[in-house]
Amino acid sequence: MSAKRTGKKKTEESRTVKSFDPLTPDGLRRVVITGAGTINALGHDVATTLEAFREARCGITQLDFRDVERLSIQIGAQIHDWRPESYFNRQQILLYDKFTQFTLLAAKQAVGQAGLNFQGKLGLRAGVVLGTAGGGLNTWDDNYRAVYEEGKNRVHPFVVPKLMNNAAASHVSMEFGLRGPSFTVATACASSNHAMGLAFQMIRSGAAQVMLTGGSEAMLCFGGVKAWEGLRVMSKDACRPFSANRNGMVQGEGAGVFVFEDYESAHTRGADILAEVVGFAMSSDAQDIVMPSAQGAERAISGALSDAGLNPEQIGYINAHGTGTAANDKTECAAVAHAFGHHADRLMISSTKSMHGHLIGGTGAVELLACIMALRDGVIAPTIGYQEPDPECALDVVPNEARDAQVDAVLSNAFAFGGLNAVIALRRV
Amino acid sequence: MTDTVKSRIKELIAEQAMLEPDQISDEATPEELGIDSLGLVESIFAIEEEFDITIPFNANEPEKSEFDISTMGTIIAAVERLVAEKAA
Repeated sequence: MSAKRTGKKKTEESRTVKSFDPLTPDGLRRVVITGAGTINALGHDVATTLEAFREARCGITQLDFRDVERLSIQIGAQIHDWRPESYFNRQQILLYDKFTQFTLLAAKQAVGQAGLNFQGKLGLRAGVVLGTAGGGLNTWDDNYRAVYEEGKNRVHPFVVPKLMNNAAASHVSMEFGLRGPSFTVATACASSNHAMGLAFQMIRSGAAQVMLTGGSEAMLCFGGVKAWEGLRVMSKDACRPFSANRNGMVQGEGAGVFVFEDYESAHTRGADILAEVVGFAMSSDAQDIVMPSAQGAERAISGALSDAGLNPEQIGYINAHGTGTAANDKTECAAVAHAFGHHADRLMISSTKSMHGHLIGGTGAVELLACIMALRDGVIAPTIGYQEPDPECALDVVPNEARDAQVDAVLSNAFAFGGLNAVIALRRV
Repeated sequence: MTDTVKSRIKELIAEQAMLEPDQISDEATPEELGIDSLGLVESIFAIEEEFDITIPFNANEPEKSEFDISTMGTIIAAVERLVAEKAA
């Protein structure tokens, strides 16, 4: 009987999982990642994105879209060379908003890497759960413009199926024949982490065998950036997380999609395992609609460690939420310092948003790639744009250059507006 | 005109702070009036809309903004300057 059910205190020894054991010491299914895909401002696939992380490349540029001259914020991590006709036919382009296009491209890469075929029984035990905050925001923007600004009285019949937040998840399910549980999570900047955490829980509990999960965002259009301008938390020049002279966040766009799979089935079919998902926790600040709480963040961090059965000392790297705003970065550092105690001074924590921007609902998915790189390749992605130490962010933020380091377990933080926190723990297999 | 700008700003701030306009002194800081960071952003938006001006303010570095928000007096002076620049 599992420790959880008997209520016995877990000892260190009992937590050690053998190289192949289909169940955790708690008697739950183990969950591994067997495929990854992405498109973002740093690259149109995982290899290019990881290369950009290693080379500390910045994807933030001058924005280029209609009416950009009317924005006071004109920078973003935009995918400039996006040609949907290279990937989709005319009919598909009419039906897919950009956030769906990004998702499908990333999902195809992930499924291709995993080498899975969902025809037959596996499709019934497979689903997709994705995060997005804005869904088909470009479709909203284009069609509002058509009816309000241009005075048109007719819109394309596909406007609703294009803009709905679940469009991407539905198209992924159709593309691959995933006939199990599928839905979309919208928790602002934590959407992808919530989605991936739920996918993890569904496989761990036995509700599904394979889940495609991650998220996407395509908010870089006039209305999308204009809305953010209003809050006055955006930087006009650069994203400099943890740096004393940071002056705000910079939006990005793109998608990250992963294949989460039951360990036993992945092992049996000899799949290449990228990492094991070992823990997940969610918490709510219940405090303020925009200001973050260190206590709420800390509860999610400690909760993920406890769910994973990891000691704080086992975490070598944290991919930070690290938005580059004054409020987030100091609150996040306080939460990490409190959750980890002395070990906070030994672990590495970086914000890759400095390179790929803040993908809002898709950000946790692209950031999970940095976690996989740390575990698999022994390379820690840097926080670029770092110029001045901030005593309120006095942690090892891996400034400006990637670093070689072997780490065995990592966390990925996401703390959303609305005070909704989601932290995932991964381990090397 | 200056008095109008000043009294209108005090009305807008009073509304945000849930006080009467005559309770808003020139020396008061936004904090003393109970206006938090989101309230301040909202007040700045209301002032921009009222006078059709653009106020350079970044919530991440309020102290570095060209727009001095330390007290009601500095806010009023900065808005008066922007209104005058717009009229010029």
